[in-house]
Amino acid sequence: MKTVIRIENISKDYRLGEVGTGTISRDINAWLAKIRGKENPNLKINEKTKFFLSGEIHKALDNVSFDVQEGDVLGIIGKNGAGKSTMLKILSRVTTPTEGTFKVKGRIASLLEVGTGFHPELTGRDNIFLNGAILGMRKQEIKSKFDEILEFSGVEKFIDTPVKRYSSGMYVRLAFAVAAHLEPEILIIDEVLAVGDIAFQNKCMGKMSEVSKQGRTVLFVSHNMAAVQRLCKTGILLEDGKIKYSGETTKVIEEYFKSSFASRAVFDISLPENTQDMEGFAYLLQIEDLDGNPISTIPVGKKWQVRIYFRMNKRTSHFIIGIGISNTMDVNFRTTWSSPMEIEKGEYEVVFRDTNILMSAGEYKILIGLTSFQRSIQYAENIAVLRISEIDEINDERILRISGNGLVLNPMEMELIKK
Amino acid sequence: MENNYEEWTLVVKPNTKWFELHLSDLWRYRDLIMLFVKRDFVSVYKQTILGPLWYIIQPILTAITYSIIFGSMAQLSTAGLPKLLFYLSGITMWNYFSECLNKTSNTFIQNAHIFGKVYFPRLTVPVAIIISNLFTFLFQFSLFLTILLFYYFTRTDIHPNKFMFLLPVLLLIMAGIGLGLGIIISSLTTKYRDLRFLIAFGVQLLMFATPVIYPLSSMLGKKKLLLLANPITSLVETFRMGFTGVGGDDFKWGYLGYSFSFMVIVLILGVILFNKVEKSFMDTV
Repeated sequence: MKTVIRIENISKDYRLGEVGTGTISRDINAWLAKIRGKENPNLKINEKTKFFLSGEIHKALDNVSFDVQEGDVLGIIGKNGAGKSTMLKILSRVTTPTEGTFKVKGRIASLLEVGTGFHPELTGRDNIFLNGAILGMRKQEIKSKFDEILEFSGVEKFIDTPVKRYSSGMYVRLAFAVAAHLEPEILIIDEVLAVGDIAFQNKCMGKMSEVSKQGRTVLFVSHNMAAVQRLCKTGILLEDGKIKYSGETTKVIEEYFKSSFASRAVFDISLPENTQDMEGFAYLLQIEDLDGNPISTIPVGKKWQVRIYFRMNKRTSHFIIGIGISNTMDVNFRTTWSSPMEIEKGEYEVVFRDTNILMSAGEYKILIGLTSFQRSIQYAENIAVLRISEIDEINDERILRISGNGLVLNPMEMELIKK
Repeated sequence: MENNYEEWTLVVKPNTKWFELHLSDLWRYRDLIMLFVKRDFVSVYKQTILGPLWYIIQPILTAITYSIIFGSMAQLSTAGLPKLLFYLSGITMWNYFSECLNKTSNTFIQNAHIFGKVYFPRLTVPVAIIISNLFTFLFQFSLFLTILLFYYFTRTDIHPNKFMFLLPVLLLIMAGIGLGLGIIISSLTTKYRDLRFLIAFGVQLLMFATPVIYPLSSMLGKKKLLLLANPITSLVETFRMGFTGVGGDDFKWGYLGYSFSFMVIVLILGVILFNKVEKSFMDTV
């Protein structure tokens, strides 16, 4: 095993607030302050001044070190703000680290975006060459792969049309086609996969795993756990600019879910002070698996249920308890009620369980309502968050993706008729 | 640390020495430079009826305007040359310089979106601009030649001479100064946006301190010295002298030497500054 990338104690500082002063006059002010012996109001970040400004500096990366071996497919994951993008920028040489060194063996190419440098007025053909060259290919190299690129993109008919006339799908396909035919020894990829239609995405995923099978080194930075799981052998979990965990992909992803959602499965329902005057009220909600264990993040396909604890202060007739589930875009996903019943005073718990519907990965909000004869006893929105994670527990090849394909994943029954 | 002695292809450190310029990278990316040239050149006249003819229309209209305003109304000297030819000789050269300077001085800000996404030697962009402007120059130069030939055959006072073979040298110096100043300004504009406004009219004003609309011979004493301090002066004058034969009294090799030295200095300064800025400009732009 040969080490092809070595990251040594890399840190990257950003100054909070406005970076740089932007105008000469303010720099002159700063300079005047300096010769008068006062503190410069707009100091730049460097070794000497850091001490004074420690409160205003954001360490996007804090002393990160790791090695990448030849042929590794390494996933870099983490929450927003964990330092993934900064890492990516440093690796692709868009910016330099504040401290530390980074060494590479072999040709390195990064894909932070597809179609960088595409010029709308130029034809598809010209743009293939331009984009390829920007990504570091020689003209001869592009020429020899031109037919392959064209075929992969599927826009042969429009190759001599300016790309400004392309549909956005065609544009992206052409752009990705160029990127996919880069052949560096080390490839750094951002979440460029989240483009195009499903067929094209699958094609891209195929291309990516093909690349990794050829023994090339790939660094893949992503939020998309499913993609990371499928592609990467090893991973690094970044948190607050530091490496929280590194190792096998499945372990890293587990760690990610453990750490990133300061997870809760049990939610208190906030109540008014005068609960004694209420006919009844729910005060606790728990999300759990079918054995009743609280579970904060539910893998897609795993069965789950919602348990609500409530108290009735007096006997109520025609009592209904219901829950509603909506997604983060406030699309009401479903609402379900108990059938009307006579209920005595006392403590109760109710369990809502559905073992049929496969909800896609994402976050959902839960609301509850208690009524009697269509009169509201209690109504509370946003009381709990239901997290369906991208790790899946389904084995159904009809389900291609577990997020972004709509809210419900259950395949429809299908019938193939031969004529 | 078993890898200590191994060869790394690339080592990125926060602080590099002033003179680590990686100019060989520029050569490795020569294909990209040529593709940028093509892009700059082709995209300009796409979807226009007259296409590259615009490169010719602009100087000829300018020359006619100057002939009317500076020649006929203000009666400035044209050193005995036909007005159109005189102004055109100045404009052709000046345009090349001002275009180089104007366009390269925007390098970082104009390309921030590309620079933020992928690494390639940033210097490819200004170098490509210099080259693509050369094509524009060739169009305008052929216009100038046409007008020159016309007057050469209809008049007797046009004397092209061996100095016209200096043209490649003049262009080289001009391109060098344009590139050098341009990248200095573009490096500074990542931090000081003020400079963008300054450069726009600064270039315009500089034209009046260059013998474009008047011959150097019409200036005397201190004014002449001031004009000669402008490194572009000798370039425009030598060009005019080589192709039309006027202004020979004011030609000195030393003036060209001065322009050349000026070019070397701004180029070195520019490349060093540019190199410093390109590493971290994404954090400030």
